[in-house]
Amino acid sequence: MIKTMPLYKLAHARTGDKGNRSNVSVIAYRPEDFSILQRELTEEKVKSHFGFRNPSAVKRYELPNLMAFNFVIDDVLDGGVNLSLNLDSHGKSLSYWLLAMEINIDA
Amino acid sequence: MTDIYRIACAAGFSGDRTDVAKPLVEELLKHGGSKCLIFESLAERTLALAQLERRQNSELGYEPLLLEMLDPVLVDCIKGGIPIIGNFGAANPEGAARLINAIAKQKGLSDIRIAIVKGDDISALELRKNIENVLSPPDQIIFSQSELISANVYIGAKEIADALLAGAQVVVTGRVSDPSLTVGPLMAHFKKDWNDWTFLGAATMAGHLLECGAQVTGGYFADPGIKEVPGLATVGFPIVEFDAQGNICVTKPSGTGGLVNRMTVTEQLLYELHDPAQYFTPDVVADISQAKIVDLGGDRVMVTGIKGHPKPSTLKANLCINGGWLGEAEISYAGFNALKRAQLAAQIIKERLSDLNLRIDFIGSSSIFASDTGEGPQFKSTLSFEDIRLRIAAAHQDRAQAQRVCREVTALYTCGPAGGGGVRVSLRPRLNTITCLIPRESVVAYYEFFRA
Repeated sequence: MIKTMPLYKLAHARTGDKGNRSNVSVIAYRPEDFSILQRELTEEKVKSHFGFRNPSAVKRYELPNLMAFNFVIDDVLDGGVNLSLNLDSHGKSLSYWLLAMEINIDA
Repeated sequence: MTDIYRIACAAGFSGDRTDVAKPLVEELLKHGGSKCLIFESLAERTLALAQLERRQNSELGYEPLLLEMLDPVLVDCIKGGIPIIGNFGAANPEGAARLINAIAKQKGLSDIRIAIVKGDDISALELRKNIENVLSPPDQIIFSQSELISANVYIGAKEIADALLAGAQVVVTGRVSDPSLTVGPLMAHFKKDWNDWTFLGAATMAGHLLECGAQVTGGYFADPGIKEVPGLATVGFPIVEFDAQGNICVTKPSGTGGLVNRMTVTEQLLYELHDPAQYFTPDVVADISQAKIVDLGGDRVMVTGIKGHPKPSTLKANLCINGGWLGEAEISYAGFNALKRAQLAAQIIKERLSDLNLRIDFIGSSSIFASDTGEGPQFKSTLSFEDIRLRIAAAHQDRAQAQRVCREVTALYTCGPAGGGGVRVSLRPRLNTITCLIPRESVVAYYEFFRA
């Protein structure tokens, strides 16, 4: 059986927005977990995790010095702060959706 | 002795707390050396809202809380040699300067030197050609068919620095790049070259860490049981200590709540960034790909290793256009079978407003994670008790069409499912934004001193 764990056990995160684009930083609590996140938090997996919001692309940037990743998710905000009908038109809550993702922690 | 310049930030947006500047100024005054106080209060749409306000009253259009922001600290700053720099001029920097001058007079300060940075507003008819030339074909169509509310270019730090070097005690700006509020005083103090990209990169990221106020000192961070933050009710706002080598130390006033540690600083360093090696600003392309963060303890965190690349040849501009109307209405259902009753209510509204593009939220079961079309995770109640708030939203160019949402949800009181209560409705104008890049040479930025 594959052992999984929600991402929030391993990392914290913050969302920012620019237009219809969201960025979610994911920061490991412990240096030793960085490589697990590097392996598991691929652009494809993050894109499919946000699938119901129809992102057009996900780009991952790695910042090993900071034990962090920056995910830039395109077209995920239903048009962004001006156009979305969402109460959270900035998508500020989206970091907590990513933190809910189940991560495979077996090597 | 190392030359340390201190920058304190007392606002991260229009509407931020106004009692945070005093502890910052008290902390600054404890230390020798040079320092300044900045206010960042101009988010993307704030300026368009200010422009609308100015149309109603030509005296207004600057930051509505300007008096409350400056009143507690203006005397201490002027007497203590702490320049104040803020983009609180919004759509009317001249008006903001007039108010600051009046506050100073009323407090017995005579003839303070207030500089106004100009050139960001490119909405004048004769400048429209510059805008049209750089828009994509679809944006050109939208632009030509819409009512323009504001057009402002993000200008850089040069005019702020020049004003400070000329003796300004307060610098009022409209739209400038947020980090430039910090880069300006750092360049004026350390007198580096405007092509010292490493220094400008570090100064820009210092500004980036400061510009959202408490977001680097424990605000927007707390998660009970996981990431604890003490004293958020009295969270201290940030101070950066900056040296000539471009080393950043982030801290906050002693005796305030909040927290500065590796985690708060890392979250804010990456906030609203895309490629960490290319953070575009008018002053420099900053690069944090090799940055290092060292937690010194005691609410002090060092950030080093920031680089910079030559500044871009274009400046970003935001065009705000009339975006029609947003109608929103809510009603609550609670107790046994509440979600089913809320779903029935939503079905009734969908039937009655089938010609509108509706967003439907079941707050308490599924709302802000979901897409506008309703896709997303849902909470399934396992208890017999539920508390669901139904929210319906629609946007329309025509006010009367958007208002139908409000009327139909209100009518659910008598025509909808059992036990509906607590209707609230809201009908507001919307703003849309077009972003474009304007050639630097077509923008004329300058400062001048306010004359009463």
